[in-house]
Amino acid sequence: MNSAVPAPATCARQHRDLRGYLLSAPALALFAALLIVPLLLTLVLSFNVFDYEVGIRADHWTFEHYLALLGDSYFLEIFWRTFWISALVTLLCVVIGVPEAYILSRMGSPWRSIFLVVILTPLLISVVVRAFGWSLLLGADGLINHAIQALGGAPMKLLYTPFAVIVALVHVMLPFMIIPVWTSLQKLDPAAEQAALSLGASQAKVMRLVVLPQVMPGVLSGTLIVFGLAASSFAIPGLLGGRRLKMVATLVYDQYLADLNWPMGAAIAIALLLVNLLIMLSWNRMIERRYKKSLG
Amino acid sequence: MSKNGPLALTFHSLVVVFMLAPLVVVCLVAFTPENTLSLPTAGFSLRWFEAVFERADFLEAFNNSLQLAFLAASLATLIAVPAGLAITRLQFPGRDFLNVLFLSPIIIPHLVLGVALLRLFALLGVNGSFTWLVLAHTVVITPYVLRLVIAAAIGVDRSAEQAAESLGASRFTLFRKITLPMILPGIAGGWLLAFINSFDEVTLSIFVTSPATQTLPVKMYVYATESIDPMMAAVSALVIALTAVTMILLDRVYGLDRVLVGKH
Repeated sequence: MNSAVPAPATCARQHRDLRGYLLSAPALALFAALLIVPLLLTLVLSFNVFDYEVGIRADHWTFEHYLALLGDSYFLEIFWRTFWISALVTLLCVVIGVPEAYILSRMGSPWRSIFLVVILTPLLISVVVRAFGWSLLLGADGLINHAIQALGGAPMKLLYTPFAVIVALVHVMLPFMIIPVWTSLQKLDPAAEQAALSLGASQAKVMRLVVLPQVMPGVLSGTLIVFGLAASSFAIPGLLGGRRLKMVATLVYDQYLADLNWPMGAAIAIALLLVNLLIMLSWNRMIERRYKKSLG
Repeated sequence: MSKNGPLALTFHSLVVVFMLAPLVVVCLVAFTPENTLSLPTAGFSLRWFEAVFERADFLEAFNNSLQLAFLAASLATLIAVPAGLAITRLQFPGRDFLNVLFLSPIIIPHLVLGVALLRLFALLGVNGSFTWLVLAHTVVITPYVLRLVIAAAIGVDRSAEQAAESLGASRFTLFRKITLPMILPGIAGGWLLAFINSFDEVTLSIFVTSPATQTLPVKMYVYATESIDPMMAAVSALVIALTAVTMILLDRVYGLDRVLVGKH
């Protein structure tokens, strides 16, 4: 997102300016009608009064939905659950994804590209299919419980628990951590590592002083993407969390399609969007500042 | 020239097993002869695949998804190519804003887009319309085409374009004969990536589809929340197979590693 497009090589003449708008016009029209307008409508909707008998009252305004978000323990519990599950998923993705990206980068060809594709392609398979796969593994009669019983243990309830949601989210999000870390590892000069080793630095010291500083920007942008996607994930908690284990996205779904309280759902959606954007922007700012500092 | 120790390779194997396990299990269970979700220990059977093809609602949802993904990816390509060229080639006020706007659906949660479009469609009285569903998907997948078009357009050697221009080629000839062929792999790769993303999309679609326009992922989601039987595994195995075919195509036209981890 923050990758600025380099300026055109040729010096732009004045009449070229108009062509830029002309060429972007179809996309701009579509994005105005189906992105900007709907988001504004939803913002307006979130301040509308809702009446269970009359429905949405478009000419009556209130802050009550936002106040409910801050005061109602039912909502606060779901927000807190969404936050800690997303934070834990992010942490696990760092702990698994960073070493895995490093191991991949140290592999010889052709294994490196083979395993890169193996690990990253689940990204392109429908999240519903992957959630279903985890429900097969974690179910009461699933493979993991069979294995536990074969080893003499008692079967455990795994499905419809935070554990199932976390495991499946890590599975879905791991590629989003590996990709940016891998990209920043590509910029690492192997000679720097070798030089440090030949000068007598221990493997651990090379890791800490040479490799980790280099991959930090990748880890940070991966953290950002994973947290944002996990906090707004819908299909995984919907299918593996069951009815009682709600997260923000499944809560919004219920408000819209079960309770039919659209203004409340709109307020939650707007809050989710704002929190997401806020985290991304402040994180971006922080990365930029760090980056500048390390350049001196 | 592997530089990884045994510990690192063990860790790597566990990660690979973790990433593949749910997909492999789905594909195996799809071949079970039993009535329950179980591994096919007593021989393989195609009965659940047959069951899928007898379900008119699943076939219709599959058909909806294919048409939707095809139309939305094509429309996204049609608008993203000129926009991408404008952003990379022309200097005009608001250029950076347009770039951010056109890429923003990647960072806006699909859930938020879904409820926002539900409101718009309800006000317009078009909720559940297939045409508007196509337009909604187009917005969501345009960033994928745009990113590859921009990457391709930046990578193009400009001297051929300048030569043609100085030899008097018209702007349209220049685009058709020089620029387009050079950015074609980016366009084709972008189209396929957009197709897959539209085909897989569930969170936005669940809000703006009606029973008549239900897509396959929405149908599968609804089915999985109500009942779970091996037919779901068979449908999933078919989706995995279709994705694999698209990925092979993507690899041929653009390079899978380039799509997945960017240019390097």
